[in-house]
Amino acid sequence: MKYFYLVWKSLWRKKIRTILTMLSVFIAFLLFGLLSGLNQVFAGATDLANAQRLITLDKISIINALPSAYLPRIEAITGVRRVAHADWFGGYYQDPRNQFAQFAVDPERYLDLYPELQIAAEQRQAWADKRDSVIVGRDLVEAYGWSIGDRIPMYSSIWTNKSGGQVWDFEIAGIFENDDPRGNTQLMLIQYDYFDEGRAFGQGGMGWFIIGIDSAGNAAEIANAVDTQFANSPNQTKTSTEAAFAESFIGQYGDIGLIISLILTAVFFTILLVSGNTMAQSVRERIPELAVLKTLGFEDKGVLGIVLAESVFVMLIGGGLGLGVAWLIVNVVGAIPLPGFYLDGSALALGGLYILVAGLLAGIFPAVKAMRLTIIDALSRG
Amino acid sequence: MSNDLVVLKDISRTYQKGKEKVEVLHQLDLTIAAGDFLALMGPSGSGKTTLLNLLGGLDKPTSGSVVIGDSELHNMSSSALSKWRASNIGFIFQFYNLLPVLTAQKNVELPLLLTKMNGKERAQRAATALAIVGLEDRAKHYPRELSGGQEQRVAIARAIVSDPNLLLCDEPTGDLDRETADEILRLLQALNQEYNKTIVMVTHDAQAAEYAKHTLHMDKGTLASDSRT
Repeated sequence: MKYFYLVWKSLWRKKIRTILTMLSVFIAFLLFGLLSGLNQVFAGATDLANAQRLITLDKISIINALPSAYLPRIEAITGVRRVAHADWFGGYYQDPRNQFAQFAVDPERYLDLYPELQIAAEQRQAWADKRDSVIVGRDLVEAYGWSIGDRIPMYSSIWTNKSGGQVWDFEIAGIFENDDPRGNTQLMLIQYDYFDEGRAFGQGGMGWFIIGIDSAGNAAEIANAVDTQFANSPNQTKTSTEAAFAESFIGQYGDIGLIISLILTAVFFTILLVSGNTMAQSVRERIPELAVLKTLGFEDKGVLGIVLAESVFVMLIGGGLGLGVAWLIVNVVGAIPLPGFYLDGSALALGGLYILVAGLLAGIFPAVKAMRLTIIDALSRG
Repeated sequence: MSNDLVVLKDISRTYQKGKEKVEVLHQLDLTIAAGDFLALMGPSGSGKTTLLNLLGGLDKPTSGSVVIGDSELHNMSSSALSKWRASNIGFIFQFYNLLPVLTAQKNVELPLLLTKMNGKERAQRAATALAIVGLEDRAKHYPRELSGGQEQRVAIARAIVSDPNLLLCDEPTGDLDRETADEILRLLQALNQEYNKTIVMVTHDAQAAEYAKHTLHMDKGTLASDSRT
């Protein structure tokens, strides 16, 4: 600690250069934080997938509905605890830019299979009692300023209603939370019965089934039993775990994790070059001063430590601020409205580790150079 | 009991310059008594600074022995020499070599960072050293805010703050005007006489050498004359 003052003052020897370097580190770790949050959106979908839920889709395409008659037949399979179903409503609120997910579901069945969606009992009952009501996630309520009892028009780009229009009018009966902070609450749940009766075509069809099973160990066996049962029907099925479904869905956008990793690697490498160059320049400029320290009795490893500490400080201040601001943007301000956009402790810890490693890597070559200085040669350069 | 602080025996120092070997010091013997104030004079290339570097443990002889007090410098590792320097030697350079980012007070405290003193003790010791050189009112000033003479006084305070026995001065007045140089030399004289510091000063300036008790003349790596004998 007694060297802190010396390290700190040396750090600010060239204020503008130090500030610019810190700023570049700040930007890099802000980007790291934001991209980690984005990665969480995609990774979270698979992380949050429940191992005791299977998803059954039409084998050809997700846009082909499955007959509602499949539901009791699936439910009769050994190991199946309960079956829910969902339909993609494909709507927006007021403006086509206000896109979020809306599913038409059976309230009881769906909420039973998604216990992570937390809703007050009276609101759940109110939803079940009123056919044209919906429940909405907390994020949507905050984004659009809705409250319980509000009537909201939703424009569906898929489903024309029986009156010939595409605007559906719903009343908000309840607001749900997700008990996992990474969980999605940008979701609206519509009553299936009301939706099915109201739509101009496609009655009786169900978009996909969600199968609750008694044990994750039986997933493959049950999935196989479901698909075998409908193997010779006009609507063959494809059943997979929720995680596999989420993964294949995300896979449509490409390997997001790889893309993010590549971007971060490029940023990290650039920061190493920038900071390493700054430290090398800083050491070059004060070779005689470092020689004086050695003359006064500072050992080689002490000089190495001082230069390394400076490098780590630059990273700690710039990177720490970057991660801090990213955390504020993502977790506190919630400035980016993406479901599951969340910066968790492990991402912050990883960021901290990167800061430390970057600080050491950027400083190691100049520090070794400083350590190896011979006093006589170095003093003669003054 | 011998009063000798420094005993150099049969010292040679050879450097390799390209393919050529250059002998800077040749079989030199020298003893310096504790409390002496010695001026080292001689033409450029005579080996004065090399001798000073050997005395300060900044360099090692190619052959021969360097004994200062109880320490055999020629047998010590680099790390041991660093520790030894921290408590036994004070260096004063021609161009002061203060750290520009630190105040006078903090520059003087630098050698004390290597001791077990706490911050308060370090500050008190540095204040005392600055008072000895007459700069207690400049403690908070940065080197850029001081004159050349004041900078050299701060450097002297830094050299004496850990209370070493031996002060090594390499052209300490080489960058100063006559009047300021005389002030600095009087200060060194006072340190020698009042605080019993042994001083070895390399200089080209005959007037500066007059402040010393003795003068050694070097030429081509050997002692050409010794005013003590």
